[in-house]
Amino acid sequence: MIRRLASAIAAHPVLVFLTIFAVFPFLVPYKALATQVLIYGLFALGFNLLYGYTGLLSFGHAAYWGLGAYGAGIALAKLKVGSLWVALGASIALPLVAGTVIGFFCLRRRGIYFSMLTLAFAQLLYFIAFHLADWTGGDDGLRGITVLPVHLPGLTLSLDAPLAFYYFALVLVSLAVAGLQRILDSPFGAVLQAIRENADRAAACGYDVTRVKLLSFAFSAVFAGLAGGLDALRLSVVPVESLYWTTSGQVVIMTLLGGAGTFFGPFVGAATYLVLEDRVAVVTESWPLVIGGVFMLFVLFLPRGIWGTLRGGFHGRQGA
Amino acid sequence: MMLDVSVSALAAQVFTGLVLGGIFVLLATGLSLIFGLMTVVNFAHGSLYMLGAYFGFFLLGLTRNFWLSLVLAPLMVFVLGLVIERVLVRPLYGRSVDDPLLLTFGLSLVVVEAVRITWGKIGLTVDPPRALAGAVDLGFMTFPLYRFFVVAVTALVLIGLWLFLEKTDVGLIIRAGSRDPLMVRALGLDLGRIWFLVFGIGAGLAGLAGILAGPMRPVYPEMGITMVIESFVVVVVGGMGSLLGAVVAGVLIGEVVSLTTFFAPKLSEIMVFVVMAVVLLVRPSGLFGEAGLLE
Repeated sequence: MIRRLASAIAAHPVLVFLTIFAVFPFLVPYKALATQVLIYGLFALGFNLLYGYTGLLSFGHAAYWGLGAYGAGIALAKLKVGSLWVALGASIALPLVAGTVIGFFCLRRRGIYFSMLTLAFAQLLYFIAFHLADWTGGDDGLRGITVLPVHLPGLTLSLDAPLAFYYFALVLVSLAVAGLQRILDSPFGAVLQAIRENADRAAACGYDVTRVKLLSFAFSAVFAGLAGGLDALRLSVVPVESLYWTTSGQVVIMTLLGGAGTFFGPFVGAATYLVLEDRVAVVTESWPLVIGGVFMLFVLFLPRGIWGTLRGGFHGRQGA
Repeated sequence: MMLDVSVSALAAQVFTGLVLGGIFVLLATGLSLIFGLMTVVNFAHGSLYMLGAYFGFFLLGLTRNFWLSLVLAPLMVFVLGLVIERVLVRPLYGRSVDDPLLLTFGLSLVVVEAVRITWGKIGLTVDPPRALAGAVDLGFMTFPLYRFFVVAVTALVLIGLWLFLEKTDVGLIIRAGSRDPLMVRALGLDLGRIWFLVFGIGAGLAGLAGILAGPMRPVYPEMGITMVIESFVVVVVGGMGSLLGAVVAGVLIGEVVSLTTFFAPKLSEIMVFVVMAVVLLVRPSGLFGEAGLLE
C-alpha cells in the first residue's frame, strides 16, 4: 500500500511537492515552522545532490548556506540594492564561485579526506566572516536587512505577511525542485549516480569524473546558497553561526533522517528535525543530546532514513 | 614593527608553538593511527580530548594528586574508546566509509551536551601541580615549567609509541594491518582485536592531550571541536598514516598558530587553513604521505 503510493509519488515528484507544500502551512502548528521547513528542505536538497546522488559527503555545506545568506544580507543591508532579485542573485553567485573554488581543492582528495577538507574550508570562511565585522557584523550578526517588495512586470508584492513570504519562497523552492528533477533526469544526472556507485567504472566509460563531481559540487552549492539567502530574508538577520560547522552538521542530520539519495528525503528530514526540535524544546534544553542520539540510532539501524525506508524497494537509491 | 619585538618574547612564542604542536601531535597520531588501520575518521576525537581534560579536573578534585590523575584520566578515556569501538563503531565495519564519520559526529554532539549537563556550560580552570608551578629562566627567556613538562611527556609518549609500533609483535601486526588488512587476515590473525586495541590507544592519546592541555588552555565543553578540525589539518598536511608526518606537521601548525597569534592575532585561525590549502596544491598527499594510500 505504502509502496504503491510511493511509486505514484515517484512518477510526478514536482507536482506532488507543489500540492503538499501548497497546503503545508495549514498542517503545522504555526506558519513560521512551514517556512523554515521549506527553506531548510532546500538546503538539504542541495546537500543531497552531492551526498545522496554523487556520493560525496560534504561536512562543510554551511559555507554555501552562509555565503548565500551573507550575499543577500550584504546586498540589502550594506549595499542597499534596490531589487530583491539582485540580492537573491548574490546569494546564488557567491556560493557558485566559492563552491567552484573550494570544490576544486577538496576534490583533489577522495573519501574521508574530502569530508574533512570541506569542513576545514567552511571553518576558514567562518573565521574570515567573524573578523570582517565591517561587512558581516562579526559576532553580533548582520543586522538591518530590509525585505524589499518583489517587482514583477506589472506587479509589486509585499512580503511582509508571513504567508506572502511563504508562497514567495515556495515558488523559488519549487523552481529549484524542478531544476533538480531536470538535472537528475538528464544524462548528467545518470553519470552522477554512476560515479556514486563506482567512480572507477564511470571513469573507464570515458566520463571526466572530476569535472562531473565539480559540477555537482557547484550545483549543490547554488541550491544551498539560495536557501541561505531565503533564510536571511526570513530572519532579516544573518548570524555568524550560519557559516559554523554546526550548520553543516544540521544539514547532514536532516538529510540522513529523511533519507539520503531520495527525492523527498531532504524535505521529510527537515520537517522531522524542525518539528522534533520544536517539541523537545518544551521539555528540555538539551536538544543536542536528543538529536545526537536519534541521529546515531538512524546511522546504526535506519541508514536509509525515514523516506528511504518507507519507499522500500530494493537497495537502489533511484526514483523519488 | 618587527624591530620592536624583543628576542625573548619571540623565543617564548616559538616555544609556545612547540607546546601547542605537541598537543596537536598527540591528537593527530591517534586520529591517523585509527584512520590508517580501519579507515575510520573519529569525529568524536575532539570530544575525547575534551573528556580527558574534564576527567582530569574531576580526578584532581577527588584525589588531589596530579600524577595519579595524569595516569588515570587517559586510562578512563582509553576504556571509553574501547567501549565506543565495540558498541558503536564495530557494527559499521563493511559499510560505507562515511558511516563511522557520521556516527561519531552524532556521538560528539551527545558527549559535549552530556558534559554541559554534568559540569556546566561555563569553562573551568585547572592549575598546574605545585611541583611544576613557576617559571624557568633560561637567560634569554623565562618560560612556565609546566610547558617544558608537557613537551617532555609528549616526546616520551611518542618514543614509546614508536617503539611499540616498530619493535613489538602487536606493532608489527598494526603496521601490516594498515598496509594490507586482507593479507593479514589470510595469515590467520584476528584483526578485530587489533582494531579494538588501536581505537582505545587513539582515544587514550586524545585523553592524555586533554589533561595535559588543561592547565594551559581554557577547559570548556566545546574545546575539542576546533581542535579536531585543526588536528585533521595536521594529518592532511603531514600525510595520512605517517607518524613522522604527524610530528612534523603538528609542530609546524603549532608554530604557525603561535607566531601568527603573536604578529597578527586575527589571522591565527585562518593561517592554519592557508597552510593546508598550499600543501594540498603542491603536495596533495601531504608532506610525508604516500599518494593514493588509504583513500
